[in-house]
Amino acid sequence: MSAFTALLVRDLRLAARSGGSAALALGFFALVATLVPLGIGADLKLLARVAGGVLWVAALLAALLSLDRLFQGDFEDGSLDVIALSPLPLESVSQAKILAHWLSTGLPLTVLSPLLALLFNLPGPATLVLVISLLIGTPAVSAVGAIGASLTLSLRRGGLILPLIVLPLLTPAVIFGAGSVAAVMDGMAPSGGLGLLAAFAVAACLLSPFAAAGAVRLNLGG
Amino acid sequence: MQILFQYATPRQFMRISGALLPFTAAAAALAVVLGLWLGFTAPPDYQQGATVTIMFIHVPAAILAEGIYALIALFSLFSLVWRHPLSDVAARAAAPLGALFTALGLVTGSLWGRPMWGTYWVWDARLTSFLLLLFLYLGYMALWNAIEDEIRAARACAILALIGAVNLPIIVYSVEWWNTLHQGESIISGKLAPVFLWPLLVMIAAYGLLFATLWMIRIRTEILKRRARTLMMSGS
Repeated sequence: MSAFTALLVRDLRLAARSGGSAALALGFFALVATLVPLGIGADLKLLARVAGGVLWVAALLAALLSLDRLFQGDFEDGSLDVIALSPLPLESVSQAKILAHWLSTGLPLTVLSPLLALLFNLPGPATLVLVISLLIGTPAVSAVGAIGASLTLSLRRGGLILPLIVLPLLTPAVIFGAGSVAAVMDGMAPSGGLGLLAAFAVAACLLSPFAAAGAVRLNLGG
Repeated sequence: MQILFQYATPRQFMRISGALLPFTAAAAALAVVLGLWLGFTAPPDYQQGATVTIMFIHVPAAILAEGIYALIALFSLFSLVWRHPLSDVAARAAAPLGALFTALGLVTGSLWGRPMWGTYWVWDARLTSFLLLLFLYLGYMALWNAIEDEIRAARACAILALIGAVNLPIIVYSVEWWNTLHQGESIISGKLAPVFLWPLLVMIAAYGLLFATLWMIRIRTEILKRRARTLMMSGS
């Protein structure tokens, strides 16, 4: 097993066993999606109209919940120092952690989303676009989030600053993701929004490991 | 670059900025008075009426809000690549000023929007991207304040500023895309008459000078603070 897969498997195990961050994120996602109709009323037409945006924002916030622990746990117990000493470059370490975070939150959120779309009375084609957009867009959330997590990893209350840093950077993902769902609802082609979302996600996934590795390095005093 | 940094030491900066400061401060005060006088004596616009006056304090604020973020990104690059300590101080000192100008741009924009658009806030592409710019500034400042170790804070914030600078055009583009997808607000456009152009140019100069003055004062304060701290550490 290569060092990359070993780290990936370890992080996935940790996510599954300690606290079950995936289950927490799913619970949060479902709760927010339940509260919105209670807040704005049960008009099914209105709910279908806002479903894309609400579910995208809820998924984004749910993915942020577990982000602050991405590097912090390893930093506190010293394993990040050991990982940094390993032959695996920190860029690949960041990549493995981003992938592990996406597999343990982004992917489950995407899988749950059609069920919640059902509660919002979202039509079939729009639900399909929602799922596709979340599938494309949530890796960008994990990638950009990893930058925020690495910048705040030494902070005790990093969890409070992280959203303030990360959310403005992720507005394009919400706009393109929810926008492509809205486009389908208006009878337009969603391909433009999905294409732009994919471009954003690819750029985020390619560039953020470098930024995250730089931030980890400076926090380890390198 | 190395030659440039040889002169950009705290000691040189204190000397040069100390000499410059009275002049920039006086020029800023003069330009503000002149710009406001020209602005308030400008005739009312045939479409916007007296609210056109708001433009003279709104447009310069918006220009500076964007320009200062670019400056912060530039100095963050200096700080990351060349490990230049004065650049950290310069970037940090500029951030609250940038946030202030962004907030001023938003407030004056919405005050102008009330009589013009009939509401304080519309989700216009430009307004929305400025709101996001304000959040970028706030996040940057929050990170500076949260990390206690100065060097770590400087590097972390430099990384954040550069990521923000790379992402800002994407954010602006995405907001524009979003705005055309929904129904956009039509913005009154047209060529600017000289009676309006002159006060605007003077006000832009005034804001620039004001920023330069405040920025230098903030950098000087930070340098003095660090010197005082070093003295206290060596004294005890």
